[in-house]
Amino acid sequence: MTLDARVDRRQFLRVSALAGGGLLLGTILDFGAGTELFAADAPKVPGGEFSPNAFIRLSRDGSVTIIAKNPEVGQGIKTMLPMLLAEELDVDWTTVKIEQAGLDTVKYTNQVAGGSSATPNHWIPLRRVGAAARAMLVGAAAQTWSVPTAECETSSATVTHRPTGRTLRYVDLLERAATIPAPELDKVTLKDPKSFRIIGTRVRGVDNHAIVTGKPLYGIDVAVPGMLYAVYEKSPVFGGRVKSANLDVVKREPGVRGAFVVEPAGTDLTGLLGGVAIVADSWWLARSARKKLQVEWDEGAGAALSSTSIASNAAALAKQAPQRSLRRDGDIDAALAGAAKVVRAEYFYPFIAHAPLEPQNCTARFADGKLEIWAPTQNPQAARGLVARALGIDEAAITIHLTRGGGGFGRRLMNDYVVEAARIAKETGTPVKLLWTREDDMHHDFYRSAGFHNFTGAVDASGKVVAWRNHFVSFGDAEKFPIATGNPPFAAGAGIGAGEFPARFVPNFALDASVMQQFVPTGFLRAPGSNGIAYATQSFIDELAHAAGKDPLQFRLDLLAGEVPAPSPQQGGLVASRVRGVLELVREKSGWGTQKLPRGTGMGVAFHFSHRGYFAEVVQATVSRVGALKVDKVWVAADVGSQIINPSGAENQVHGSVLDGISEALAQEITIDKGRAVQSNFTDFPLIRMAQSPPVELHWSLTEYPPTGLGEPALPPVVPALCNAIYAATGKRIRSLPLSKHDLSWS
Amino acid sequence: MKVSLTVNGKPTSIDAPPDMPLLWVLRDVLDLKGAKYGCGVGQCGACTVHLKGSPVRSCQLPVSALQGAEVTTIEGLSPDGSHPVQRAWDEIDVPQCGYCQAGQIMSAAALLARNPSPTDAQITAAMNGNLCRCATYHRIRDAIHAAAATSAVTPSAPAATTARPRQAGTPRN
Repeated sequence: MTLDARVDRRQFLRVSALAGGGLLLGTILDFGAGTELFAADAPKVPGGEFSPNAFIRLSRDGSVTIIAKNPEVGQGIKTMLPMLLAEELDVDWTTVKIEQAGLDTVKYTNQVAGGSSATPNHWIPLRRVGAAARAMLVGAAAQTWSVPTAECETSSATVTHRPTGRTLRYVDLLERAATIPAPELDKVTLKDPKSFRIIGTRVRGVDNHAIVTGKPLYGIDVAVPGMLYAVYEKSPVFGGRVKSANLDVVKREPGVRGAFVVEPAGTDLTGLLGGVAIVADSWWLARSARKKLQVEWDEGAGAALSSTSIASNAAALAKQAPQRSLRRDGDIDAALAGAAKVVRAEYFYPFIAHAPLEPQNCTARFADGKLEIWAPTQNPQAARGLVARALGIDEAAITIHLTRGGGGFGRRLMNDYVVEAARIAKETGTPVKLLWTREDDMHHDFYRSAGFHNFTGAVDASGKVVAWRNHFVSFGDAEKFPIATGNPPFAAGAGIGAGEFPARFVPNFALDASVMQQFVPTGFLRAPGSNGIAYATQSFIDELAHAAGKDPLQFRLDLLAGEVPAPSPQQGGLVASRVRGVLELVREKSGWGTQKLPRGTGMGVAFHFSHRGYFAEVVQATVSRVGALKVDKVWVAADVGSQIINPSGAENQVHGSVLDGISEALAQEITIDKGRAVQSNFTDFPLIRMAQSPPVELHWSLTEYPPTGLGEPALPPVVPALCNAIYAATGKRIRSLPLSKHDLSWS
Repeated sequence: MKVSLTVNGKPTSIDAPPDMPLLWVLRDVLDLKGAKYGCGVGQCGACTVHLKGSPVRSCQLPVSALQGAEVTTIEGLSPDGSHPVQRAWDEIDVPQCGYCQAGQIMSAAALLARNPSPTDAQITAAMNGNLCRCATYHRIRDAIHAAAATSAVTPSAPAATTARPRQAGTPRN
């Protein structure tokens, strides 16, 4: 079932006149599975404003306030979702004011920044909400003039009666609009995309001015009267707990108001872990006192783990019988026996950290049994549930305000810092801002799972792929760190689907999975799963192309042409024609195969389908004789459907994702020593810098499919495209990451 | 320890621990939240402010070194966000999460103050110490060029929707 079909189910608007003439339009969208997407009555707003629904307020001064419901962590959603409403409401963007919603599960659902899901989830529903409000204003004007609504049109917050040219501004229609029956949401008329005036234009971020003038916006900037500052020391070994601590010494340090041991809440290692909290008059004083803190830890089971041997252990595991078979098509062994060439290769990628630039933080106030929280979380509803469970507070007594987040990348889908702040505030009885150090952030992440792929592939004499086997091993412990529903053969955040490409395109196909139990918290990093799977898969396809003696890009097109008929929806949903579209576009735009490159310079190609988006990317890289790597340029061809809603924000997401992928590939790795993450700051976990950032040339392929999201899908292909470019430049196949561990020199 | 310094043109006296970095004086003593904490070790540049016009990492500058210092923060770069670099950042829509951008802007403003029309290589050299986790580096470079162009003539706001030359494949509509 497509998303649009789900939205097309029973949907309606309710309208009731408020005392005092207010227009109240509660919207309910049945969004499948009994979930209400946008529900319930909006409150009446004092001051003569009217609230047509939970998203829109029309003011008597002509301004329009639109509520941004989702958390903003840099993906541009605080700008993009209101654009959808403003477009169909038919108001000028310059008159729109944006307000960030807090967590409100009565008015809104799905207030989450994750999965590149906001665009597909809201493209039709939010436009309908805007269009319904517009229809009521049109109805009010038509009634005023005693003319049919069909003779009326809107533009710039004004209704025009076409035959006579009479006009009425929205601001003059508010009271009468309150008496107009609301249309059912699935009956409202949406604009023809040809008449869009906001969607499709370059709209700047709504917080830009505040950002460039240094206004407080982020969680770290929150200030509450009477607030103290906290640091929280946890066991350097994952999951350890406090045996004893020299609290008396710490309490004597300047400015310290309190220091106490926190016991872990339950056995869930994704929530409140044990540690020592220090609360002081300033964060610097709390941090200074922490330097005097000495803790004896019960390090627990994690202390035995070191990661020096995990790749070799995984290689051994991958040669054994898999823990689970995910898919079997055809007869692999027979195909291998009859193949012209058989290729075997092992690929490995490491744990990596999210490292959003704003370290984890949260401000909390506990008073009169009620808890108020200010948090830069991507997942506030989960935060509320976690806090309620850990502290025994009713969810109804917990308020969560959403601040702008200084980057998320999936790290803030987890809410450990929220429950820590809440716990500390509950104990101190004063408002508290908890701020982690960068080192805390690096040592207590939910890392991208390390991964290992044991591939066997074969081509026939014509160069066609006849067999493909992949035994995928992920590293982690989804039971002790249960961030997602149980999925035994995978580490948390590292799943591979039975339909993952090239499933359906190779007649003899096997996909197996095992998990290597590692006491390491893993989680969702931008394009989770895909960010590693694409690297391994698209690199190995490149190996097969060379074994077949084919051009790597044409080889992929040929592979896509051999689709096994009748894919079912459970098989991953990749549409081959869309992949071919972006591959052909990137071939044309990059000049693939049309020029002779000097030795040491090469082009690599890769594609990946994830988060409903289709991306093909070409990287040109140059490697000096002594092995210095320079990424010269990246070409991107992208198909995310029929409409780029905000081209400025969309380009930002693609450029950022591409450079993020290069950043991961170049030098990022988290290693584990005696249960501790070794890396601690940007000195040993480097982020890409301006000097390393190649130009990125982006081309959209607009297709007839509904628009989809851009937070993630541009990232996965750039990693294998870069590695394939290095192979083309040097003849060295990159079967493990990061690149900094390879000698790329050639002669 | 008590020190007197000038912050954004205003004489200011503070009483703070001698090892407390300027960053935390600004944020938690003077309530100027523009400079950001990212790494605490001078690696990311999110805390960049001007000391007598030169860009410095405020996380590395202790109170004991601040007597008589002349400090400018993002809040003091212009009264209303009208500095050419601030305007260019907004118009070119540089920020993604935006967390590093105050530091980026302070580094860029210092660069343009000493070099009104920097080359790409000079921009890279001046900006390479400022990390952007969202990797907005292309637009940072474009915005510095744009600010250089607008500060050379009478400031006027270019249209926000102007496509930049580097962009390709802008969709229809």
